[in-house]
Amino acid sequence: MIDHLIEIVVDDLPALQIAVPLLAATLCIIARRRRTAWVIAMVVAWASFLNAMLILRRVMTEGTISYAEGGWRAPWGIELRIDSLNALVLLIVTGICAIVLTAAPRSLAQEVPRSKHYIVYAVYLLCMTGLAGMTVTGDAFNIFVFLEISSLSSYALISQGSTRRALSSAIQYLIMGTIGGTFILLGIGMIYMVTGTLNIVDMSNQLAAVGPNRAVLVALACIAVGTAIKLALFPLHIWLPNAYTYAPAVVTAFLAATATKVAYYVLLRFVFSVFGVDLAFGALRLDVVLMGLALLAMVAGSIVAIFQHDIKRMLAYSSVAQIGYMVLGLSLVSVAGLTGGIVHLFNHALMKSGLFLVMACVLLRTGSTRLEAFQGLGRRMPITMAAFVVAGLSLIGVPATVGFVSKWYLVTGAIESGHWPVAVVILVSSLLALIYIWRVVEVAYFRPAPEDAPEIGEAPLSLLGPTWLLVGATVFFGIFTSLSVGVASDAARMLLGMMP
Amino acid sequence: MFDWGLYNYWVVIFLMMAGLYVVISRSNLVKKIIGLNVFQVSVIMFYISMGKVRGGTAPIEAEGFEIYSNPLPHVLMLTAIVVGVATTALALSIVVRIHEAYDTIEEDEIRLLDEGDEP
Repeated sequence: MIDHLIEIVVDDLPALQIAVPLLAATLCIIARRRRTAWVIAMVVAWASFLNAMLILRRVMTEGTISYAEGGWRAPWGIELRIDSLNALVLLIVTGICAIVLTAAPRSLAQEVPRSKHYIVYAVYLLCMTGLAGMTVTGDAFNIFVFLEISSLSSYALISQGSTRRALSSAIQYLIMGTIGGTFILLGIGMIYMVTGTLNIVDMSNQLAAVGPNRAVLVALACIAVGTAIKLALFPLHIWLPNAYTYAPAVVTAFLAATATKVAYYVLLRFVFSVFGVDLAFGALRLDVVLMGLALLAMVAGSIVAIFQHDIKRMLAYSSVAQIGYMVLGLSLVSVAGLTGGIVHLFNHALMKSGLFLVMACVLLRTGSTRLEAFQGLGRRMPITMAAFVVAGLSLIGVPATVGFVSKWYLVTGAIESGHWPVAVVILVSSLLALIYIWRVVEVAYFRPAPEDAPEIGEAPLSLLGPTWLLVGATVFFGIFTSLSVGVASDAARMLLGMMP
Repeated sequence: MFDWGLYNYWVVIFLMMAGLYVVISRSNLVKKIIGLNVFQVSVIMFYISMGKVRGGTAPIEAEGFEIYSNPLPHVLMLTAIVVGVATTALALSIVVRIHEAYDTIEEDEIRLLDEGDEP
């Protein structure tokens, strides 16, 4: 009996990944109590993470999972389709969700009135539903719907920041994000006109038969522009620095590691699985456009980051640069390059959410994330600043951290494809990262605290624990690369149509 | 030659560009949101018109009707309309809060006030 029950549940794991957080979000609203809502959200988030691990294990042993929602078989019904690529994305998204949520109560209490916390947790779960839904679904229109669920909830989360600038950042993101989402919808509509299907697998078969006609090319262009806005690809990134700077600290840690990553996944999925390499890079030359923008993002994002006074904003600009690395991996169109791009998705999620949690710690104790606030923090908050240094080294790409792993694959990919100037730009951008991380380290360790600085203690364990979990993971996955690189190279081969 | 048979797509493109232009050119946030709505509606009309079959009726089986329009894009747009409404509602509620916090909904004035906030 129980075995039978477990069997049923195991088959339904992909659907539960969406249904459970969605229902739990309404439970949080009903509960209306801060603590209860947090406990509900915690249980659901960690259960989703566990679920994602089970799904990844199943994908690795049994191959692609296809789940027919409501028993309606694809291509007529909505299919959830999980292969090695989205299993990895799902793992990192739910993992970051759960870890950041663990750190949430203390940091939120500083920035959001306590009476509103239960709504924040509910919206947080909705955002997670949308992100997980976009990742697991095998239906193009479903991607749009989940994209809007996650986007709408992220606008609401960002607007909860403690200053009024959070509001203007949220509306700016809302306008840009809606334009992006609508472009994606338009692109999906054009593919539907040509193929008469919404199922991703079916679409790719039909499109391969149709070949490069103008409607297909315009559809690809619309989807590329739409995802580039959601991805914050330079120069469509203008919403990102403000949104990340003025959102509550934990919301930034969560969104920085998940929202743009899932948008990157959607771009990969459409470019490689739906349109295919010939169409995207042969007929439209998307690789040239994306490589140019990616290189600009890497250099411009890092340079602008160097001149920021608010460290949270500095990290946001660094995100723009890091997104450039990911897109660069895509534009190289080789196994090594694509592996680098996907691994960087995984790695950057770990280090950026770790760094933004460090910002949450600093904000909690000093009340500011401006550079002046870091004076003498190396002595005053040694454990927090040590986390910053480790994650910062990872951002630069020092060996034995995750940053090195992804840059290694990207440089290898660039040299393999004969683009050695690209490899040089990767190194230059890493040096720029060294400069902006060093600025903070110098102020924190080599400048004494101002005389009148109040006595401050270390950040509370509830924040330090999740921070060090993420920072520890950047070192762990920098040394034991079999999970991240193994799955990523598998996914890269699959995307390029070379089954191992 | 100009093909009048595709005039519906010209309408769609016109609305889309008009909406996008309003979003870009106006600094009043409510006007921006109206532009955003026009932009979204153009895509909704795009889907609606692509599902329409000339001479087709609603897809309900009845005697004397042979040609049916494709209902799927129309159903999809029900969802898209809901998304549009939710977006507008959220945007307007943020605008209300912006008005409370800044006492203005003109984007350039907000930007000036924001720069004043910088220490």
